[in-house]
Amino acid sequence: MEWETVIGLEVHVQLSTASKLFSGTSTEYGAQPNTQASIYDLAMPGTLPVLNTEALRMAVKFGLSIGAEIGKKSVFDRKNYFYPDLPKGYQTSQLDYPTVGKGELVINMEDGSQRTIGVTRAHMEEDAGKSLHEDFHGKSGIDLNRAGTPLLEIVSEPDMRNAKEAVAYLKKLHSIILYLGISDGEMSQGSMRCDANVSVRPKGTTKLGNRTEIKNINSFRFVEKAINIEVERQIDIIEDGGKIEQETRLYDADKNETRSMRSKEVANDYRYFPEPDLLPIVIDDAYIETVRATLPELPDVKKQRFQDQYGLSEYDAMVLSSDLASANYFEAVVDTCDDAKLSANWVMGDLQAYLNKEEISIVNSIVSAKVLGGLIKRITDNTISSKIAKTVFEAMLAGEGDADSIIESKGLKQVTDTGAIEKMVDDVITANPDQVQQFKEGKEQVIGFFVGQIMKASQGKANPGQVNKMLKEKLSK
Amino acid sequence: MINLGLAQISRALGSGEFSSVELTQKYLQEIAKQNSDLNAYITVCDELALSQAQAADEARSQGNAGPMTGIPIAHKDLFCTQGIRTSCGSKMLDNFIAPYNATVVENFINAGTVTLGKTNMDEFAMGSSNETSFYGPVKNPWNRDLVPGGSSGGSAAAVSGRLCAGATATDTGGSIRQPASFTGITGLKPTYGRVSRWGMVAFASSLDQAGTMTQTAEDAAMMLNVMAGVDPKDSTSSDRPAEDYTADIDKPLTGLKIGLPVQHFSEGLDATVEQCIRDAVAEFEKLGATVKEISLPNSHLSVSAYYVIAPAEASANLSRYDGVRYGYRCENPVNLEDMYKRTRSEGFGTEVKRRIMVGTYALSAGYYDAYYIKAQKIRRLIKNDFEKAFQEVDVIMGPTSPHTAFAIGSKNDDPVTMYLEDIYTIAVNLAGLPGISIPAGLLNGLPIGLQIVGKDFAESQLLNVAHKFQQATDWHEKSPV
Repeated sequence: MEWETVIGLEVHVQLSTASKLFSGTSTEYGAQPNTQASIYDLAMPGTLPVLNTEALRMAVKFGLSIGAEIGKKSVFDRKNYFYPDLPKGYQTSQLDYPTVGKGELVINMEDGSQRTIGVTRAHMEEDAGKSLHEDFHGKSGIDLNRAGTPLLEIVSEPDMRNAKEAVAYLKKLHSIILYLGISDGEMSQGSMRCDANVSVRPKGTTKLGNRTEIKNINSFRFVEKAINIEVERQIDIIEDGGKIEQETRLYDADKNETRSMRSKEVANDYRYFPEPDLLPIVIDDAYIETVRATLPELPDVKKQRFQDQYGLSEYDAMVLSSDLASANYFEAVVDTCDDAKLSANWVMGDLQAYLNKEEISIVNSIVSAKVLGGLIKRITDNTISSKIAKTVFEAMLAGEGDADSIIESKGLKQVTDTGAIEKMVDDVITANPDQVQQFKEGKEQVIGFFVGQIMKASQGKANPGQVNKMLKEKLSK
Repeated sequence: MINLGLAQISRALGSGEFSSVELTQKYLQEIAKQNSDLNAYITVCDELALSQAQAADEARSQGNAGPMTGIPIAHKDLFCTQGIRTSCGSKMLDNFIAPYNATVVENFINAGTVTLGKTNMDEFAMGSSNETSFYGPVKNPWNRDLVPGGSSGGSAAAVSGRLCAGATATDTGGSIRQPASFTGITGLKPTYGRVSRWGMVAFASSLDQAGTMTQTAEDAAMMLNVMAGVDPKDSTSSDRPAEDYTADIDKPLTGLKIGLPVQHFSEGLDATVEQCIRDAVAEFEKLGATVKEISLPNSHLSVSAYYVIAPAEASANLSRYDGVRYGYRCENPVNLEDMYKRTRSEGFGTEVKRRIMVGTYALSAGYYDAYYIKAQKIRRLIKNDFEKAFQEVDVIMGPTSPHTAFAIGSKNDDPVTMYLEDIYTIAVNLAGLPGISIPAGLLNGLPIGLQIVGKDFAESQLLNVAHKFQQATDWHEKSPV
C-alpha cells in the first residue's frame, strides 16, 4: 500500500526580550544556576505576574508577518501540572484566546516549488526551568534561570506531507524570526525548539491516522531524520497489523530512533483556567498599526526585489534572502562593487564554502562585505582575472589584507599590455610546432594547451580574454 | 491607653500624651499576658516593635511624624514580612521567612507604624472560625469558649481584645466582616483591586482583598489611607486614584438611600439579630436616610458559586507548596512522587486538602463547564443583581452573619454548615464590591454586626455612613476588656 505522511509542527521560539515574561528578571543565557531567578520566578508565596509588554509586541509582530489574525483580546491561562522545574505548579500560557490566530507561511522547496502551510495559532507562554541530574548523587538539582523566559509557541496545521516540507517550514519560520529580530533562533541553545506531530494514512484517504508527538528535536537535520524514522516505524507497525498508539516520543539522535516517553492516556489533565492574576490583554488597531510600522522587509518580498533590482535568478534570490545576515552582506558587497551577479556568485560560492568549512556565521566572516566587494571590483575592472581573484581571496582569508594590497604585494596585477601578451603568444607558438600543426588540421581544442602554457608563463596574470583572442588570430594565419 | 482606638491614639501621640515606646510596651505586656490563652498572635515581634517605636518617637521629635507614625498594629500572617515568619496558619509555611515585604506591609513601614506581630488565621485563610489554623484556634475575647470567626480571627481578636490599635486582614469570602461581627469591631473589605495583593499569600486570586480590622470607621479610614492605591506589581490593582478616606467621613447622611435585600432578612436569620439590624437601620433614618426593600434574586446561589471558584483558584495557587524550594518537606522522600505526596499530605490540614480536592475536581476535563464555567456565569448574575440594586439605592444593609459567635468545635462535623456562615458576605466578594461590618448591637452579651455594602470604589461613602452611625451610637465602644 502507498502511504501518505501528515505532519504538523509545534515550534517554541524563545523571544529575545531583555527580561522574563512576568518578572523583570534578566533572560541572559549561560549564567550560574539560579542567579537569574527572582522571587516571582521562585514562586515565592504572594508574588504576582506583570506582563512584559515587549513580549506582546514581538508576538504581534510575528502575527503580522504571517498575515495572521491578531487577538484584540488575549487571555492567559494556567496550565496545571507538577514538576520540580515548574515552580508555581502551573505554566502560564494561552489556551482559548491566543495573541496570534490563523495565518499562513509560504515555504520554498529545493526544487523551486512553493507550498502554503497554515499556521493555526501562536501563543505566549513562560518556559520552565531545568532539572539537573548529574553531580547530585541520587538527587536532582533545579536551575530556575530559564523559568519564566517568554516563549512564542507557533502551532501549524497538519499541512506538511513529508520531512523535507517540515524542514522547509522550520527554515522559513527561522528566517522570519531572525528578520523580525524577535529571537536569536539558536536551536542548539534551545531558543527554537520543535515538536513534530506525525501520522500516516493510506494515500488517497482523508481521515487522519493516530499521531505521535516527537519532542524536542534540536536541529533542522534531526527534524528530517526524526520524522523519517518515525514514519518508517509507523508504517512498519501498521503493515504488521498493529495500531499506532497516541503518545509522546523522544528522538534519540545517537541511535537515530524515537522512543516512547509517556502515553497520552495517562498524561496529565492540565485543568486549564483563566489566570486570575492577570487581566485580559486588550489591544486596539492603533497599537497593531504601530507594530506593523516596525515590520522589516520580509524574506519573500526581499527575494522578489533581488530578482527585480539585481536581475538574480529565482534560486540565487531565494538563497540570499532566506537569511537576513546573508542578504545584508550581499547587498553591502553589491554596494561596493556594483556587480550583483558576481556578488551573488562569490557570496554563495567561495565565501559560503569558507563559512561552512569554519562553521561560522556570515556576521563573523573574516572577510567583510566591503573587502569582498573590493575584490570583485578588481575583477570587473580587469585588474585581475577570476582565477587570480581566488588566490587573492585565499590571502584575504589568511588575513593578509584587502584586495588592492594583496594584488600589489604579490604582484598579481593582470598583464593587459598587448605587446607583452603578443610576445608570450609568439614564444609559445614558436616553441610548439607539433601543436600548431594539430590546430591547423582542425583540432581546435588544442588552443587550451596554448592558453595553459601562456598562463603558466605569466603566472596566471595574462588576461585570458586577450590571450584567447590573440592566439586564435595568430594560429589561424 | 491600649483601650483607645487608632485615631484616638494618633491624636494622643501627636499631643505627647504618651510615646510610641510607652504604648508599644503596654501592648507587648498585654500580649504576653493574654496571648497564651487568646492565641491571637502566631508571632510577636518584641524587639522589632520596640525599635520601630523608638524610631517613630525620634521622627516625631524631629517633626517628621505623620498620622500613623508610631501606631502599633498587627498583620494577618499571610502578608509577607521580610525577615519575619509568614506562616499563613499552616504547617506548610511554619518555617517560611519571606525575603520581601508585601506592598501593604511596606506601605505601613513607610507610614511609620510599629509591627507588633503576625496574627493567627485559618490555614491559608480557609475557614470561618479560625479553627483550621496549624497554631490552634483563636478564642473570642468576649467569651473564650467561642470562636472569633474567620479566617481573620487573629486580627479580629487582637483588635477586640485590645492587643493592637488596628490590624490588617483579608477577605476572600467574608473573612474580615464575619470575624469583625463576632468580635464587635469594624471590619472593612475594600473593592477588589483597591489594595495591592503583592506579597499577600494567595487563596483565591480573583476574590482576595486586603482590608482593615479596627475599633471604628475613622480608624479604618486612616488605615485605608495607607493601604489603598495602584501597585505596578499587582496587575489587578486599580489605577483609579486612591482618596483621602477621612476627608468626607463626617458628611451628613441626609438623602442617603438604603436598600435592604429581602433575601438577607429571611429564614435562617436569628430573630433577635434581625431586630437589632432593623433598629440600626432605624437609626440611619433618624440621621436623614431613606430605606427601601430591594431584591438580590440570585444571592442564594452565591455560596455554591463561591465554593467552586475559590477552591478552583486555590487548587492552582497552592500547587507551589511542593517541598522543592521552601516550606515544609517530608522526611526522607524515596522519590519525587513520594516527596510530593507526603509533603502535601503532611503539610496541609484537612480543610485545605478538602478545598484543593474540590477545586481540582471542578477544573477537571469533563467537569469544567458544569462547574467552573457555570459558577462564573452565576458570578456575573450576582454582579448584575447588585448593579441593578445600586440604580435605586446608595448602600445596601443587612446582617453580617445570621447569628452571633458560636462555640469552638460546634460546627466541625459538617463543612457545609461552616460554609453557610458566609451566606450574607460571599456575594460581595463575587461582585468585587466594598463592604464593611460595624457593631450594631448585642445579643446575650455578644456582638452583632451590621453589614454595609457600597458601589465599586465607594469606600469613602461606606466609611462616612459607618462613621455617622458610630457618632450616633456607642455599640463600637462596647468592649470585652
